[in-house]
Amino acid sequence: MKNIESTNDFVIRFANVNGSGSASANNLFAKAVFRMGVPVSPKNIFPSNIQGLPTWYEVRINEQGYLGRHGDVDMVVAMNGQTMKKDYEGLLSGGYFFYDSSRKLSEEYGRDDVALIGIPLTKLCNDAFENPKMRGLLKNIIYVGALAFLLDMEFEVLTSSVEKQYRKKSKLIPPNLKALELGYAYAGENYRGVCKLAISRRDKVGDAVIMDGNAATGLGALYGGATVVGWYPITPSTSVIESFGRYAERFRKDTETGELKAAIVQAEDELAALGIVIGASWNGARAFTATSGPGVSLMSEFLGLAYFAEIPAVLVNVQRTGPSTGMPTRTQQGDILACGYASHGDTKQVLLFPCNPKECFDMTADAFDLAERLQTPVIVMSDLDLGMNDHMSPPLDWDDSRAYDRGKVLDKDQLEELGDSWGRYLDVDGDGIGYRTYPGTHPTKGSYFTRGTSHDEYSKYTEESDAYEHNMQRLLQKWETAKELVPVPEVMVGNAPATAGMIYYGTSTDAALEAVDQLREQGITINTLRIKAFPFQQDVENFIRQHDLVYVVEQNRDGQMKTLLINELDVQPDQLVSVLHYDGMPITARIISSAITASIAHKGGKA
Amino acid sequence: MTFFRPSFRHPDLPPNDAGYYLKDYEGGISTLCAGCGHDSTNAAIIQACFELSIPPHKIAKISGIGCSSKSPAYLLGKAHGFNSVHGRMPSIVTGANMANRDLLYLGISGDGDTASIGMGQFAHAVRRNLNMVYVMMNNGCYGLTKGQYSATADKGSVGKKGEPNMLESIDLCEIAIQLGAGFVGRSFSGDKRQLVPMLKAAMSHTGMAFIDVISPCVTFNNTPGSTKSYHWVREHSEATNTFDYVPFKQEITTDYEDGTTESVVLHDNSVIQLHKKDSSIHVTDRRQAVDALEEHKEKGLILTGVLYIDPDSEDTHRIINTSRQPLNTLGKKDLCPGNEALQSINESMR
Repeated sequence: MKNIESTNDFVIRFANVNGSGSASANNLFAKAVFRMGVPVSPKNIFPSNIQGLPTWYEVRINEQGYLGRHGDVDMVVAMNGQTMKKDYEGLLSGGYFFYDSSRKLSEEYGRDDVALIGIPLTKLCNDAFENPKMRGLLKNIIYVGALAFLLDMEFEVLTSSVEKQYRKKSKLIPPNLKALELGYAYAGENYRGVCKLAISRRDKVGDAVIMDGNAATGLGALYGGATVVGWYPITPSTSVIESFGRYAERFRKDTETGELKAAIVQAEDELAALGIVIGASWNGARAFTATSGPGVSLMSEFLGLAYFAEIPAVLVNVQRTGPSTGMPTRTQQGDILACGYASHGDTKQVLLFPCNPKECFDMTADAFDLAERLQTPVIVMSDLDLGMNDHMSPPLDWDDSRAYDRGKVLDKDQLEELGDSWGRYLDVDGDGIGYRTYPGTHPTKGSYFTRGTSHDEYSKYTEESDAYEHNMQRLLQKWETAKELVPVPEVMVGNAPATAGMIYYGTSTDAALEAVDQLREQGITINTLRIKAFPFQQDVENFIRQHDLVYVVEQNRDGQMKTLLINELDVQPDQLVSVLHYDGMPITARIISSAITASIAHKGGKA
Repeated sequence: MTFFRPSFRHPDLPPNDAGYYLKDYEGGISTLCAGCGHDSTNAAIIQACFELSIPPHKIAKISGIGCSSKSPAYLLGKAHGFNSVHGRMPSIVTGANMANRDLLYLGISGDGDTASIGMGQFAHAVRRNLNMVYVMMNNGCYGLTKGQYSATADKGSVGKKGEPNMLESIDLCEIAIQLGAGFVGRSFSGDKRQLVPMLKAAMSHTGMAFIDVISPCVTFNNTPGSTKSYHWVREHSEATNTFDYVPFKQEITTDYEDGTTESVVLHDNSVIQLHKKDSSIHVTDRRQAVDALEEHKEKGLILTGVLYIDPDSEDTHRIINTSRQPLNTLGKKDLCPGNEALQSINESMR
């Protein structure tokens, strides 16, 4: 039997029990890979549960920089008896099975194409450490130490990572270092030369950072000037608010009075969460909320109000697997239609699609400018994969000369000058956007009655058909204006002529780009377009028209983005072919490339 | 119903201390039914704001959906108004109040809007002791959809359709007291002498001031068997106290018998002087307030008046300790930590 040999290109899957403290050990491992200059992408596959159910942490190491999920597993670190057999069976032929040999492996584990690496983790740990509570945690650190030897990692990177991690709890440093050394030494004495997987220092991460999308989103809201937050806890969006709160405590707190330049209100439900945002935005503060699919369903009522009464609102939707409660801890791009057309009646909502933490930061900060300029909700469409997993990302950046675009708001002096000619919904500039006023601005001018009922240009209630239609048409004019303001798609057209194109967005990006390379190796050239926003610009329509066939890659069952493209653009529906993946796990390059090759073969081999 | 209101006002009507005239507090022409209790309630709100000399544009009037929620259009024309969606007024007010703590927030709702579809939002706005005046115009029925019973309709009460209401009613005053509102009162749209000072006291209170105004629906629920009819309420209401609202700096002149007067000083140093029937009941005692409501209910009586006050209650801003300066006035300098800080965050992510 020949075992897999690879340097800087393989997948390790840690199988743990949730609530056992494995997360910090696994993070330590992934971060060490990153600090050795090797691109890494960890994915946390966890249950909707507090303690006791299986959880996995899948780390892809790839020096070429492919960061999407791979799909294969070269090595398993089997720390969970419940799933051990399945984890064992899921290994690639030639893979490595790392387990706790304090208990003997049963005869069921009889594959002859797998290398067994048994480290008596429990025994090593119990012999070395007294504190029963610490034992559980340090057992995890021991396996990281063993992996450091097996994978030929720089041990100092791990030790310095431990020191950095526990800087503020320095008492924890010596036992953690000891645990690392225990594992390293045992593996060195017993498994020298067994493992042919290696991580070798490179210089491939540049100035990248590694962080989760939700942390970047919360930070984007802070930089974007949000002051009011209404929210309701829901996986996988909760950490967006936690991030905002943490950074607000750090940057927005008056050191003398303890007063915070932000109001974070945990609401009774998602209805109220968005109501708080709308009330605050109406009153001139930048406000946002974060939620996931079930929350979006509840918020649809208020999204319609904000659309029709033209009130800015920023909503972050960290999508998870639906429908209904679905799989709360699995990922999906399943809310495209629910968000794009959220609420009853004719509504259209502005959507942004970030693909990495830097875009989470940028697009969230931009969302406030867009929402206030357009006086409408803007929804940042993240997902669980992006939000809750660490991703390598270009560093975050803020232009200090940038001013907030507060949109069309009249102050006291401007109201004086206007006399009586102001109307809240008068389109004087032809962009479909009226001028608004904040409550309390002027003693006698600029007050108006905001309403979700039909209104004329002066915000008076009306049931006149003409006035209603005129207003609805103006909202479409505003939609046109939105096309000029939202981020443009990223188009990649090669020099060689290609008749096939591929459209993708959000967290399908890493896998899609890798798939393009895989297809190129098979002699298939494909042009690509990454959608960054809804409404779609003319570029998107042009791209589709320029190709005979366009594959639309997305992580849902029904091809929701494809539906939106067909509905919104003047394109032939049969030009668009869905490439779908919706099992709750992040999409892989192989899923995309094999679907496309199969489709091309079916159509007679032409692309 | 007339849709024309003469603009003439008596030339000798004096302005208030802030120089505003009563007409500065008026709004659009009401389209409610002639004789609707809500119109009297609106008149009382106008009067209270005028008497307190609140600049009209420093008030935000916010409502949900229903007959009562149309009211903001009929009062305070110089103030921004927001007619939101059904049952959601409290969350809109929460956001608005978080954005700018310096305005007076007047939430106007009805019994359907609050006790049914908006029950959750009502309960939680009270729990967070939001600084607002919450006026719930209570007629026991849904007017706009032609008279169905609401959740505040008393069990056994009979509306226009003749079938009695068989479900237990919700007493929002009791619930508000239990959930921590700092000011709770009940009044009757037909009793301006009680309602105006009650509204003024509520407006002076910091924190949630909830007022249940029984406000008969002349079209669907003013029947002989209805416990929310003008006749019934006049016959069956009993005031727990009479009271004077004394604004800050005004001398207290009236004298009452010892033991029957209780003075409560509000945040803004205005005083509510209560002249009680029963000197042993303290308006600042939560349990006594609930007991008094239940005892009157047992006797088939509607207890009105200021039912409960906690003059020291802390509003949401105090609880979560937000900056004194209204959040909607903060700019980039206050809010954005800048690129240097961001680069150090980047460094911690490597």
